[in-house]
Amino acid sequence: MIYADNAATTKMSPAAIETMLSLMENSWGNPSSLYAHGQNAKEVLEQARCDIAHAIGAEPREIIFTSGGSEADNQAILSAAENGKKAGKTHIVSSAFEHHAVLHTLNKLKKEGFEVTLLDVHENGLIVPEEVNAAIREDTCLVTIMYANNEIGTIQPIREIAAVCRQRGVPFHTDAVQAVGHIPLSAAEEGIDMLSASAHKFHGPKGVGFLYARKGIRLASLIEGGAQERGRRAGTENVPGIAAMAVALKEACANLKQNAEHLTSMRDRLILGLRQIPHSALNGDPQRRLPGNVNFCFEGIEGESLLLLLDDKGIQASSGSACTSGSLDPSHVLLAIGRVHDVAHGSLRLSLGEDVTAAQVDEMIRAVREVVDYLRGFSPIWRDLMSGKKQFIL
Amino acid sequence: MALYSEKVMDHFRNPRNVGVLEDANGIGEVGNAKCGDIMKMYLRIEDDVVQDVKFETFGCGSAIASSSMATELIKGQPVSEVRKLTNKAVAEALDGLPDYKMHCSVLAEEAIQSALEDYQRRTGKKVE
Repeated sequence: MIYADNAATTKMSPAAIETMLSLMENSWGNPSSLYAHGQNAKEVLEQARCDIAHAIGAEPREIIFTSGGSEADNQAILSAAENGKKAGKTHIVSSAFEHHAVLHTLNKLKKEGFEVTLLDVHENGLIVPEEVNAAIREDTCLVTIMYANNEIGTIQPIREIAAVCRQRGVPFHTDAVQAVGHIPLSAAEEGIDMLSASAHKFHGPKGVGFLYARKGIRLASLIEGGAQERGRRAGTENVPGIAAMAVALKEACANLKQNAEHLTSMRDRLILGLRQIPHSALNGDPQRRLPGNVNFCFEGIEGESLLLLLDDKGIQASSGSACTSGSLDPSHVLLAIGRVHDVAHGSLRLSLGEDVTAAQVDEMIRAVREVVDYLRGFSPIWRDLMSGKKQFIL
Repeated sequence: MALYSEKVMDHFRNPRNVGVLEDANGIGEVGNAKCGDIMKMYLRIEDDVVQDVKFETFGCGSAIASSSMATELIKGQPVSEVRKLTNKAVAEALDGLPDYKMHCSVLAEEAIQSALEDYQRRTGKKVE
């Protein structure tokens, strides 16, 4: 079996599992309790906060724990909106290919009277910092741009975007769910005001994540009911999950350089192999992308069929076709980089894990080629393309 | 729980009657690439009976399985029976489809009806 869907979720690291089990067994006290058992859990919690802050170049007090990346995105955006509204600022700048945790939150704000500008992400899937600058207005209260795209893996010029925002006096949030633990990142140094992350994308547990908010950024609480997280997120803390997240992140950061090097070489080998398939195209910039992300479109076939047949061959991947999203439209990310519907339905994302081998990459290339050939063999679109009745797009 | 029934997976993995029928006298194509589903049905009708049938499909697993099952249901059947084929019959023969995939069975029904219409146009024969 080759698991190539690490952008969806990752396998937990043994050290993180070990940490969780041990804490559930031995440190199950409530961190808010004053007796030793509670205070012990509190210590674990604060140590995790320190470790995470250290890993992303922040101060411990700038980290608040959440239920995951989506909650962190919601909280960052809704907080900035609330702060903005008080100052009479109701305009937000974002991009067309953000995660739905961002886009749906922005849609909610639109219904409340906010105006949202979604920047073009261009054919290569990259935001242009000058265009961020041009989109910022007097009444802009937030710029939110993802660090790396979850589907096509393109890494945005975050430092430059943050500098533009800092210069214009607008808070900048980045959904860094796909980046944290995978590429070098330093929140304070890069001038990021808020950043969201999720543990299960870097071999931590599901249901836990964090929001970094630079000192001085006022956060609104989405959940009321207690003074946890200094009043910014009520509810008894998920101590085992949080500690396991910290362990997983420390581990990911310690091995980051060698993992990224290995993944980049495996990724490029895979891209090279898949490019040999006629009438296919890589989605997103070939270089400025996550080390483990490969995303292709194959003309004349549909993504779900491709996934099912790859699964039969022991390869687990994902697609941006409509049928895999449960809607009629293919991935908004692929549409945002200008892929037309016909082609976007035939997309495949292979997101590699750190332990992937060259032999597995070659096996994936072989399997994808076989399945694409097979499906094209009875695709009426492919027939029309081959006979010249229709023009190839790719 | 798997997404699809075993029958759907069987017809998806081993589609029956797949390909082109060179001597077809009724061809129907429905759906569009924009929505991610196209089905093409080729019928060879003689003496008011579907003697042979083949299909080509661009689409998801349930679209391919629906096409395959539909061809099985109509092969060897009199056109008067084929006329009555419904998407429900196709879905039932597949032991059901997820709700949001029912349109795949609709497409199969429409492709066959469209091929029958083409046959009527070509031959001038009326299918009752």
